[in-house]
Amino acid sequence: MNGVHDLGGMHGLGRVEREKDEPVFHAEWERNVFGISYVLGRAAGLLTTDEGRFARESMPPLHYLAARYYERSLYAMTSNLVKKGVISEEELDARAQLFKSSPGTRPPRTENPALLEMVEQRMLRGRRSTERQVAEQPRFRVGDPVMTRNINPRGHTRLPRYARGKHAVIARLHGAFVYPDTYAHGLGENPQYVYSVRFDGQELWGDQAEPNTVVYLDLWESYLTPG
Amino acid sequence: MNMPYQGSPLEGGEQYPVPEADLEARVWALESLLAEKGLVSRDAIDRVVASYEQDIGPMIGAKVVARAWVDPAFRRRLLEDATRACAELDIAGMQGEHMVAVPNSEGIHNVVCCSLCSCYPWPVLGLPPTWYKNPQYRARLVADPRKLLQEDFELDLPNDVEIRVWDSSAEIRYFVLPQRPVGTEGLTEEELAALVTRDAMVGVARIEPGAGSPR
Repeated sequence: MNGVHDLGGMHGLGRVEREKDEPVFHAEWERNVFGISYVLGRAAGLLTTDEGRFARESMPPLHYLAARYYERSLYAMTSNLVKKGVISEEELDARAQLFKSSPGTRPPRTENPALLEMVEQRMLRGRRSTERQVAEQPRFRVGDPVMTRNINPRGHTRLPRYARGKHAVIARLHGAFVYPDTYAHGLGENPQYVYSVRFDGQELWGDQAEPNTVVYLDLWESYLTPG
Repeated sequence: MNMPYQGSPLEGGEQYPVPEADLEARVWALESLLAEKGLVSRDAIDRVVASYEQDIGPMIGAKVVARAWVDPAFRRRLLEDATRACAELDIAGMQGEHMVAVPNSEGIHNVVCCSLCSCYPWPVLGLPPTWYKNPQYRARLVADPRKLLQEDFELDLPNDVEIRVWDSSAEIRYFVLPQRPVGTEGLTEEELAALVTRDAMVGVARIEPGAGSPR
C-alpha cells in the first residue's frame, strides 16, 4: 500500500540520532513485545512475517511516525490477533485496565515445557525459509535491462514507490520465494523468482541524485517488465 | 492536540506519543491472555529475550569477517553463498536463511538498509539499533547516502567511490564485508575480529587501523 511506511526518499524527517552504547531493549515491555511476537510467530504459527508487515503498514500514519519501534510491533501483533479472533479488543482493553490500575502487578509466571523446547530447538537454530521450488524458468537473466511496473496496490507489496516505473538492470537471480503481495492477505504462496535489481541513483532521483550512487532492491518477477 | 478539527486525521482524539505506562499495561495484558490460551509462556519468552540480549550479536559477524580476512578460500565461499559459509562456523538462525555478504573495495562502498521496515541479518549482527529502524535513516539512505554518511556518521566518501545501497526489500539479508585495515598483518584472527564493528558491517563506518572493541 502507498502508506507512510514507504519512506524511501522522503524529506523533512530530520537527522539520524544515535544512542551511544544503546541496549538491545530499553524497557521490560519492549523485551516482552519481542519475545511474545517471536514465540507466536514461530511456535504458534499464528502470524506470518508478511501479515505482520502489512499490519504495521496499516497503522494510522501519525501514530506510525510517532510510535517507538516496539510500539509498531505491538500494534501489528494485536491487530492481527484480533483479526484472527484469538483475542478481542475489549478483553485486551479490560485486562490492560486491571494492570494499569495496580502498577507493579505482573502476570503469573507461566511455564510450558513444550513451547520452551520448540523455541530452543526449532526457532533459535532453525530455518524458516520462504524459498520454494517452481517449475517455471526465470524470465530474466543477469544483465537484462528491465523496467519496474507502476503498481499501486491497496494491499501489501515490497516494491517501494521510489522505484516504480524505473529502468534498471538484473544483477543477480536469488531463487523463487513466497510472493508477499498475496501471502500477506491469505491468498496463497504463489512463489516467484526474486532478483537483485540495480538502479542508478540518477534514474531514481534525477537531477538531485548524488553522483556515483547505486541502489539495489530485491524484487519479485511480477514487479518487472523487459526494459 | 486535544481538540482535533473536523476531518482531522486525529478525529479520534488520539494523543501521541502513547504514554509508556499504557504500553506496559497493554503488554502485560497481552501476555496474560495469551498464556491463558497456552500460546505463550514466560519461560519461552525469557529464553528468546536472553538469546538476543546476550548470545546473538555483532561479535558473531566479526568472527566471519576476520575469518574471511585471513582465509582467501573462505572469503570466496562467503561471497559465493554467505548462508552456507556462515553455517561452516555454526552460524545460522532466524532472518539469516538467505544471507549475502557484500565486499567493500577501494572503489566501492556498500551500505545496508530496509526502507520499508527493519529487515536486518540477525544471526550475524543481532537485533538492529533503533536508528536503523527509525524513519530518518530509512528515508535518506536510498536517496542521499553520501551526504547522510558524512553528516550523521562522520564517514566521508569521495565522489569517485561508488556507494551501493542495499535496500532489503525481500528475504535476502545483507551485511558488509569491510576491507581489512592496513598494518594489521601481524594480528591473530581473534585480534582482527576485535576490530570489526557492527557499524562497519552495516556499512555506516569503516574500520581504521587501531580501532577499538566491537559494538
